[in-house]
Amino acid sequence: MSTDIQTDNSVHNRTTGNKPAARSPFRETIFALLHDKLALTGLIIIAILLLAAVLAPMIAPQNPYDLTQLDIMDNRLPPGSRSMTGAVYLIGTDDQGRDLFSAILYGLRTSVIVGISSAAIALVIGASIGLISAYAGGRTDSFLMRIVDIQLSFPAILIALIFLAIFGQGIDKIILALVVTQWAYYARTIRGSALVERRRAYVDAARSMALPDRRIVFRHILPNCLPPLTVVATMRVAYAIMLEATLSFLGIGLPVTEPSLGLLISNGFEYLLSGDYWISFFPGLALLLLIIGINLIGDALRDILNPRREG
Amino acid sequence: MPRPVLSISNLNTSFRVGGEWMNVVRDVSFDIAPKETVAVVGESGSGKSVTALSIMRLLSPANSRVTGRMDFDGKNLLDLPLDEMQKVRGNRIGMIFQEPMTSLNPVLKIGRQITEVLVQHRGMSHADAEVEAVRLLDRVRIPSARSRLNEYPMSFSGGMRQRVVIAVALACSPKLLIADEPTTALDVTIQAQILELIKTLQEEEGMSVLFITHDMGVVAEISDRAVVMYRGEAVEAGTTQEIFANARHPYTRALLSAVPQLGSMTGTSKPMRFPLVDLATGEAAPLKETADTIKTGRYPILKVENLVTRFNLKSGLFGRVSGRVHAVENVSFSVREGETLSLVGESGCGKSTTGRSIIRLTEAKEGKIEIAGKDVRRARKSDLVAIRRNAQMIFQDPFDSLNPRVRVGSAIAEPILTHGLATQKEASERVADLLERVGLSAAMADRFPHEFSGGQRQRICIARALALEPKLIVADESVSALDVSVKAQVINLMLDLQEKLGLAYLFISHDMAVVERISHRVAVMYLGEIVEIGPRASLFENPQHPYTKRLMAAVPIADPVRRHLRRISNDEIRSPVRPPDYVAPKRTYREVSPDHFVQVSDP
Repeated sequence: MSTDIQTDNSVHNRTTGNKPAARSPFRETIFALLHDKLALTGLIIIAILLLAAVLAPMIAPQNPYDLTQLDIMDNRLPPGSRSMTGAVYLIGTDDQGRDLFSAILYGLRTSVIVGISSAAIALVIGASIGLISAYAGGRTDSFLMRIVDIQLSFPAILIALIFLAIFGQGIDKIILALVVTQWAYYARTIRGSALVERRRAYVDAARSMALPDRRIVFRHILPNCLPPLTVVATMRVAYAIMLEATLSFLGIGLPVTEPSLGLLISNGFEYLLSGDYWISFFPGLALLLLIIGINLIGDALRDILNPRREG
Repeated sequence: MPRPVLSISNLNTSFRVGGEWMNVVRDVSFDIAPKETVAVVGESGSGKSVTALSIMRLLSPANSRVTGRMDFDGKNLLDLPLDEMQKVRGNRIGMIFQEPMTSLNPVLKIGRQITEVLVQHRGMSHADAEVEAVRLLDRVRIPSARSRLNEYPMSFSGGMRQRVVIAVALACSPKLLIADEPTTALDVTIQAQILELIKTLQEEEGMSVLFITHDMGVVAEISDRAVVMYRGEAVEAGTTQEIFANARHPYTRALLSAVPQLGSMTGTSKPMRFPLVDLATGEAAPLKETADTIKTGRYPILKVENLVTRFNLKSGLFGRVSGRVHAVENVSFSVREGETLSLVGESGCGKSTTGRSIIRLTEAKEGKIEIAGKDVRRARKSDLVAIRRNAQMIFQDPFDSLNPRVRVGSAIAEPILTHGLATQKEASERVADLLERVGLSAAMADRFPHEFSGGQRQRICIARALALEPKLIVADESVSALDVSVKAQVINLMLDLQEKLGLAYLFISHDMAVVERISHRVAVMYLGEIVEIGPRASLFENPQHPYTKRLMAAVPIADPVRRHLRRISNDEIRSPVRPPDYVAPKRTYREVSPDHFVQVSDP
């Protein structure tokens, strides 16, 4: 046996290098993210924004959805003004006398919920369709992919507009509208990587052991398609948030009583030229930070999960 | 001794891996005399390719460090400024690489790729360069060279492309040709042609050749002297005859004993294990006699009758069938319990498709397949489980056939658990038992595939295939991707398992020498058909079909004394693609000796 052990070791060293004990791919990724300066910046921004969104009811000076707490006399106050009751409006108020800081915190909450839940639902639907399409091949594949083509040939905003025009406003409707516009991206992404994985020998091995198709697809192929999917999902969360903001800005997203970031920006839009910049500016800044944060993480993930990455 | 063309002394190469410097080539020194061929031989990770790249200074300076002396033409290559080095490369030293499919630019015509070099390096006019290009293609024996200048690389076969690559390397009549595994990706008959070509060209041009290879057979075939590398060090150097006749270093001996040699089994009928040499002492371990494993008189475990598998080639907008690949054409054979039948042939001969059709990874078109008496082709999904418990498959690439995200223990246990054949506890005991059976330890079950070497992974694949306690294993090129010594180990393991468990193997391989070691019976495939089938001893000692003879003549023999005894035919491997209306001819077979059949050539 000695030949085997020695020559085998030389190969062994080459493949594993002199890394410490092997980590799971997930922990490896987190580790790499924390060591990338830009990604870390993104993570910090997102952590702060998420924390603010989650804790909004506790840290917001005012509940902007509760009309009894609003004072119309306080409308359009510049940042730093005092209210009739003596509280400070840190970054001013909007045209209905809402404390903008509180409104942004609640708006963030809405944006994040809409973004993440729509992305998650679209991912589950899109990934399933993409996997089935790649694994089944043939007619099923052509049929499903033509649907994806049709879906992708319409601008997302148009589909969302039509959907919302038919079903009306509300947070559930907008999440659904975003799912409808987004699933196809996931389907196409995962189909591409699943087609590559499907041709690999471990799938043949699984088939030759007569494992059920469902198991091969979800236990073997899916985990190996996760890297590109993670990247797309991250970017798509950002896109969903922007789309929601756009729809709300156009006034067909969420009701006026539950302002999201897009609606806040839209509220301030008409006063922008009269010098009351803050009503649009601060919600816009929050939106910008949120999107940049997510995209920084997404970019770093794309680099880290790229198999051809150096090192 | 005349002044060497290239003299390398104390070459050291290090790579930076994750911030640390790793020394991959240590203190390597050798000379290449004019008109001499020196082979650098070693297994993967031995540093042989890095040595070649160091000489050409093709390693990225950011991540690597090369020290030592490399005297070429009276200059130390390491001291040359980059633009001087650029002139040496291509002009004075030519290089050919392993992969003929990627070393030519697919969007440029062949002629253009050759003339470009001539215009750039030799300052020829375009017209002159074209004339010279024709001459070069003639030199590398490409038929009708003039008309082929205007073709793209895609219309050339692998062997033809490698000839073009050689023509490009010869364009500036270099003094030294560095060939890095130039025949590894080629079929045996083509490999023999290319080796022959390099030898003739060397004599005609009077150049020196540095030949890098892992194949001892190729070394014996082509080199005057050899340098054996092991883990970054040159452990032995000498004339080829010396090294083969009496190697001194234990590693060289271990390597040589693991090299399968065609014809070494003459006079025996049973498969034989490889003699293994202890790396520390250089002593060979005593060989165990293989037991008789075939259960005669029983119903065959696998019976294939008139198997046909074809693939449609579609073209155009509506997917009209424009041709068919006749991958498997009217193939019949049977395998008894405990027997090894090898399917041997070159790429495109349909041997893998036959294996895949049997396991039903590919659907056959016609014919009958029976595993343990059950019809495979008519089986429904629910019956397939029962059939596959009897027949399992091991694949070629051990790096691809294990899911990288599943721990090896779970991978081995998966078929047992999914089919509800054992409880969790029983399964983990079984995994431990299987791992030990294939020569690994039970504690390795918690590791991921990337923590194992190629040979270890192939052992894991064997353990996984054994989990369902099959009676038949289809091994599709299962040892082809492994290093020589590891290959010998895995084959010995397969023979051990056959003895203990009474396994039958359908061993699919292109390697005649390995096939000779492992099989009881052999079937030679060519263009989708079996041209000759019979007991191993009878077929190897008395080959009848011209293709079998050609295949055997092409195998490089790891014995430098026998090198001039061969005759190489210059035929290309034909393609099994036929027009859609092609009707396969009826074939008849003639019995040469008991159980040994050969296809009767077209009357």
